[in-house]
Amino acid sequence: MTHPLSKVLEKRGLPGLLILALLILVVIPVTMDVDGINLTGRFLSFAFVAVGLTLAWGYGGLLSLGQGLFFGIGGYAMAMYLKLEASTPEATAIQTTPGIPDFMDWNQITALPWFWVPFNSLTFTIVTILVLPAFFAALIGFALFTRRVSGVFFAIITQALVTIATILVIGQQGYTGGVNGITDLRTLKGWDIHTDSALVILYYVNAGLLLAMIALGMWILSTKYGRILMAARDQENRIRFSGYNVAYFKIFIFAVAAFMSGIGGAMFTLQVGFISPSIIGIIPSIEFVIFAAVGGRLSLLGAVYGTLLVTYARNIIAEAYPEFWLFFIGGIFIAVVMFAPYGLAGLYQKYVRRHWERFLAGRGWRHRGNGGNNPPTASGRPSGHVATASETIK
Amino acid sequence: MAIAAMQGFAGLSFFSVLLLMALGLAIIFGQMRVINMAHGEFMVIGAYTTYMISVYASGMAPWASEYYILFAVPAAFLMAFIVGMLVEVLMIRHLYHRPLDTLLATWGLALVMQQGFRSLFGAREVSPSTPSWLEGSWRPTPMIDIPLNGMAIMVLTIIVTLGVVWLMYRSRWGLRVRATMASRDMSMAVGINTRWVDRLTFALGCGVAGIAGAAFTMISSTGPTSGTLYIVDTFLVVVFGGAGSISGTVVSAFLIAQGQSILEFFLGSSMAKVTTLLVIIGILMLRPEGLFKSKVRR
Repeated sequence: MTHPLSKVLEKRGLPGLLILALLILVVIPVTMDVDGINLTGRFLSFAFVAVGLTLAWGYGGLLSLGQGLFFGIGGYAMAMYLKLEASTPEATAIQTTPGIPDFMDWNQITALPWFWVPFNSLTFTIVTILVLPAFFAALIGFALFTRRVSGVFFAIITQALVTIATILVIGQQGYTGGVNGITDLRTLKGWDIHTDSALVILYYVNAGLLLAMIALGMWILSTKYGRILMAARDQENRIRFSGYNVAYFKIFIFAVAAFMSGIGGAMFTLQVGFISPSIIGIIPSIEFVIFAAVGGRLSLLGAVYGTLLVTYARNIIAEAYPEFWLFFIGGIFIAVVMFAPYGLAGLYQKYVRRHWERFLAGRGWRHRGNGGNNPPTASGRPSGHVATASETIK
Repeated sequence: MAIAAMQGFAGLSFFSVLLLMALGLAIIFGQMRVINMAHGEFMVIGAYTTYMISVYASGMAPWASEYYILFAVPAAFLMAFIVGMLVEVLMIRHLYHRPLDTLLATWGLALVMQQGFRSLFGAREVSPSTPSWLEGSWRPTPMIDIPLNGMAIMVLTIIVTLGVVWLMYRSRWGLRVRATMASRDMSMAVGINTRWVDRLTFALGCGVAGIAGAAFTMISSTGPTSGTLYIVDTFLVVVFGGAGSISGTVVSAFLIAQGQSILEFFLGSSMAKVTTLLVIIGILMLRPEGLFKSKVRR
């Protein structure tokens, strides 16, 4: 018997992952100019969150309306480092207190606050980006899941948490830049992040990291851990009575989702050159869920396509018909939930793949007993149904 | 002392709107387990209805402009009730078996409704003229100054709360609602038309939100996105009070509104809000079922 990972990748994940890699590593950079590449990179940084949500929501059943919190931790940590680098005493000589970020000076703060000091170090910043979101998520998860808070209550509490974060950031203007956020970020270790070549390099770093996250997600789902997670989503008590502590499974997947979101936030800041509360608040946090839902909540690859589709649509529609955008996104959301609960991936499974496979089979390429013509079902199934292998990876 | 009393009263106005919002949600979420993220928008429907009636009254029937608010409250209820019923028929009833998805679908609905308000009424905030008998204030002592419109909202809130409690716990119809929510199959077996129960329950919750909107116009101006300001608070009120328990909703709305307005005096508005939310979340972690646990086996 082969290793489950190779089996899974070979059977389902790898071709899809390669196609996506081809698209974002080759097709987009070749066909677009630097602005287009940068724009796509910005959208792809949101896809980190959507991929995380696919794991936590689609496979773990944890609908978090607060992923902006983790995206924001990553984004703000990165921005704090870049801001300190941009605020040298020479560059800020006109301020009352040179050497501190400009917005602090505007708010009559005369010394760098203690929690800003460690962000002078790039190592500390990177460690923070990688660890802090997951740590926070584990803390929240521990407090909630061990007390069996789940479903709707979890969604509402995460939404309240992101509300708190936004109010804090806006309210503590002197320490956080307030509603404007942290702006005017220029260099990373002396490397100008606004030049064309830097933007292209950052795009590739971003795309590479995203593909790595998807592979990580696929690997997690292919393990026994992933199976138990899915089973716990569908029949929580049955798993609990089998002797597993369901809470720890949920905490882990929630922390993984937060970890991915944090990286996305940091990449967003690097590529855009600012971060502000409007990117992490309640509405963006729900938009992340829209991305995952449009892509298909059980599809890691779909999450990326969903993100790209919705964000590009917003870009085009909001520019041409600004008053039409909310109708469009609201309508999409209603339509996806009502008619295509498994999003693009579900539609693909239902309508395209069967014909595609028949086509392949007709050529005698390969034969598969159980062609994937069953759309994935998660909720609303008759009780007693346990997650099957066909739901592992789409 | 006088400041404390006035701050306390400011908290009471906030409490009233919060409670009216939360009552509707307690019916929809607490009883039906539908997460209506568009609840704030139903409140805005009520608010715009009130505004339209006030404009209409001052333009067409000046004699009525003093008392338009008396028509506006039922009209706001009716408007939100009808829209709510429409939404139930077109959308919600297909999603009863997927509670988390109602959250997503109603969020989409909320976005559509917000844009609808913006297209219909413009992006500027509007506020109806206050009738002269609601202007001014009541001064029991020279130091204390209690605005009359705040008192009017209080009275309205008390009437609506008693009405909802009567309807849910004393009337035949409320019995049917509670029976349906406790055991749908059994209720159908004894001849309750559960479809209509669902429809009317959802519409009633929306209607109460409409009344909240009418009350809202008396203390604040209305814009297309006014609803989103309250939705997080409202959900926390319902969850904190213990979903399904109306007395819990009343107590938790009171605690949250008063706590927030008292803290506001000491900490400023943003820190007060943060502190209140953190305390609520902290308590919810200790008591996930809320303050008043409903004794229902799920």
